[in-house]
Amino acid sequence: MKAGSGIRTAALAWCGLMFCMQGAQAADTLFSDMGGQDAIVKIANDTADIFLADARIKATFDDTNMDRFRKMLALQFCQVAGGPCIYTGHSMRDAHKGLHLTNADFNATVEDLQKAMDKNGVSFATQNRFLARLAPMQHDIVTR
Amino acid sequence: MRAAFAALLICPALILSALADNPPPQSSLMDQGAAIFDSGKLLATGGVSDLEGAGGGGLATWALISGYGTRDGIGANGHFTYVDLGSYSLWTEGVTVGLFDRVELSYAYQSFDTEDVGAKLGLGKGFTIDQDVLGAKVKLVGDAVYDQDTFLPQISAGIQYKHNDKDWLISAIGGKSGDGTDFYLSATKLFLAQSLLIDATLRETKANQFGFLGFGSDKHDSYSTEFEGSAAYLLSRKFAIGAEYRTKPDNLGIAREDNGWDLFAAYFFSKNISLTLAYLNLGNIVIENDQQGVYVSLQAGL
Repeated sequence: MKAGSGIRTAALAWCGLMFCMQGAQAADTLFSDMGGQDAIVKIANDTADIFLADARIKATFDDTNMDRFRKMLALQFCQVAGGPCIYTGHSMRDAHKGLHLTNADFNATVEDLQKAMDKNGVSFATQNRFLARLAPMQHDIVTR
Repeated sequence: MRAAFAALLICPALILSALADNPPPQSSLMDQGAAIFDSGKLLATGGVSDLEGAGGGGLATWALISGYGTRDGIGANGHFTYVDLGSYSLWTEGVTVGLFDRVELSYAYQSFDTEDVGAKLGLGKGFTIDQDVLGAKVKLVGDAVYDQDTFLPQISAGIQYKHNDKDWLISAIGGKSGDGTDFYLSATKLFLAQSLLIDATLRETKANQFGFLGFGSDKHDSYSTEFEGSAAYLLSRKFAIGAEYRTKPDNLGIAREDNGWDLFAAYFFSKNISLTLAYLNLGNIVIENDQQGVYVSLQAGL
């Protein structure tokens, strides 16, 4: 295999794959697949509970108004899932400013959210569709 | 020796996973020292140890940095792998360290057992060819897991130095050298919404049968560009299945060398222990066709 043709073939294959991946995401049924509005509010509440019980990250919420946090989390989850909500909270960058969160902290919240979704019967594949939309928030949330 | 290595590998991992479930009440100096092993990556996103000791699948090396250390920590693991190919078998053991999710250093010792073929070739039954593999990998751009909003994969570049201990045999079969250096460029991306991990790697190599038959030959001693790729589907957070393909040079005059492929299933018991089972097919190896069989690999780490 020649080097040039190898790289060209690989690049071409990659582009083809990307095209397929994009097509697969066209129909947005995530909101209903997660169980709709009621399930998402419950997932947000359970997630908040699990955050507060998680020794790795609970100190992060010492100065947080948890009632507001639960409402905002539910709104955000609903909007990100493609539901009929508009998130009215701070940007992710502003909300996490000064908290000096690490990737390990971020991943701890992911594990907690996974637990909350498990608890509410969201399938693994559906969980991943949701997490894929949240994952890029790492860029704004992790500042250390 | 092998049993001792296995015990050495598994015991600390088991103790650590027990500790993780029941963390000790007060924070000691030891805990703070252990904080550098932050185990902060998500389960399975450390990959497993491939045949050459690098973070990857089985046949294919991935762009992921091995272990569960985040960019603020260190991850380390050991592995052993056994492959029964029919006429041959292969034993590999090694250690891999991931530094700050940026650099990966690895060492693997590989022992290729010629079993009955050794006798047929006059080398003696159970004649082994041993090889050391030293590897280094550096992440260049991208993050395979977080960058779900872009199509850019995580890209890493790596180098593997291999030293084969049977120089005389390699010369006898027309091989050029008992030492070789591979260079590779690897792109890995997790398509999280599809629960799919894809890897594509280009490798510059002179290796004959991974280096077990030396590097280069009298008839062809230049580098070849080879491809290795993996596709893995995540069935759950702990369980992945997939397939891999790897092309190899065909330098030697005495035997044809085929490409390899495998079908694998990897189970992640925890961030400390994973087990990979595969069906591996390497085609012709010297005088034996259809070399295929079971691949088992256990990885333990922190």
